[in-house]
Amino acid sequence: MKKIIKYVIIDILRNRIVLAYMLFLLLISVSVFNLEDNSAKGLLSLLNVILIIVPLVSILFSTIYMYNSSEFLELLTSQPLQRKTIWLSLFTGLSVSLSVAFLIGAGVPILIFEATATGFMMLAVGLILSVIFVAISMLAAVKTRDKARGIGVAILLWLYFSVLFDGLVLFILFQFADYPLEQLMVGMSALNPIDLGRILVLLQLDMSALLGYTGAVFKNFFGSQAGLLPAFAVLLTWIFLPLWFSLRKFNRKDL
Amino acid sequence: MIIANNVTKKFGKLTALDNVSVSCSSGECIALIGPNGSGKTTFIKCVLGMVVCDSGFITFNDKNIARDWTYRSHIGYMPQIGRYPDNMTIGQVFTMMSDIRGKGTYTTDDELIRNFGLDALLDKRMSNLSGGTRQKVSAALAFLFSPDVLILDEPTAGLDPVSSEILKEKIILEKGKGKLVMITSHILSELDDLVSQVIYMQDGKLCFHKSIEALKNETGEAKLSKAIANVMLQKTSR
Repeated sequence: MKKIIKYVIIDILRNRIVLAYMLFLLLISVSVFNLEDNSAKGLLSLLNVILIIVPLVSILFSTIYMYNSSEFLELLTSQPLQRKTIWLSLFTGLSVSLSVAFLIGAGVPILIFEATATGFMMLAVGLILSVIFVAISMLAAVKTRDKARGIGVAILLWLYFSVLFDGLVLFILFQFADYPLEQLMVGMSALNPIDLGRILVLLQLDMSALLGYTGAVFKNFFGSQAGLLPAFAVLLTWIFLPLWFSLRKFNRKDL
Repeated sequence: MIIANNVTKKFGKLTALDNVSVSCSSGECIALIGPNGSGKTTFIKCVLGMVVCDSGFITFNDKNIARDWTYRSHIGYMPQIGRYPDNMTIGQVFTMMSDIRGKGTYTTDDELIRNFGLDALLDKRMSNLSGGTRQKVSAALAFLFSPDVLILDEPTAGLDPVSSEILKEKIILEKGKGKLVMITSHILSELDDLVSQVIYMQDGKLCFHKSIEALKNETGEAKLSKAIANVMLQKTSR
């Protein structure tokens, strides 16, 4: 397994896109921290950039990579290797390279300018989001044979998680404004890892006032240790469920 | 050595393999023959575990291949169209494959690499290779780990006459060592001096599995190509 991970990472490093992504993150985070005199404010600006870019790059890069390595997969399946090993190695290789890129690109500036609990929370959220979207992209790639369609599905999924989901939540909030929906909102946030990540960081920033009364409910729930654990458990589920489904599908796939 | 039992595989509505049962043992050199789309490649991919069959099972050395993956270390496979990572060089592909197998688990057989002159091309990227050179890489990889079973899917398609002669000599040499060789090809004249048995497939069904002598006796032809043509005509006229 280690050997295949090694070859996957060498292969990813060779096409330099991940390197460019890392430099881009570095550029953005350093400039955002230098623009704002208050580094907490800088962190808030960075949060919005990260919540858009990290999922987008993770899901698109991994999906395209999955399709481009179909030859590699075919070659490996005819060798004495378990399919599970091949698939998990690919997942690990992709997650490790994207996480390291995030860690250097955004993590180092965060640790330099804002090494607080909030900064660490943002680091953790960014890392987990990278891995979650690798897992989701692998599921998208294994489900669709056609490359153009698979990449389209990946873009739509990103659009759903970043934009459409918020619209859906707003729609529900307005339609059922007469009912007490605050508890439901906590549950709804579990359906979108990006939202959950945003809430976790915002609560650390003590910006929950911005979220209105719902914010108070969030604060009540996620603000405590007891709420943080289920939140991270949900994020981890977002990694394992897509990964498990994709592995199951790959085990039975005809190459 | 390889036993297939009522293997059936469907791709949507198309039945690629229909209740195929075959038994192959070591020392045999088997030709898989049949028209295009008769399920030869699908059958080979089933044996390799690249295609998962819908029903039936395949055993390799009495072990069901569905639950075992280590058996593939005994198989050298040359695909019909070799597909390799584009940004790797020939040398990197060879070292990667040996690395994945793990040192000490095999004896290297780089005769084909030398005879094909691939050792001079080791820094060439796979994306820049011609179809024929790619076939040579596939062939060299199939023989590289001196496997007990060789599965060659249209091995000489795209090779120049000199190279296909080199490959044929190598196949005869390996067959002499008591290995099981399975070849699909449409160039029947080539198979004449190679194979000892013939499996004929049509529309996913196994039509017959006979030794070459029996086939020649039945049809009264001296050449395999004539004998098969005879059989094909009989099948279509029926």
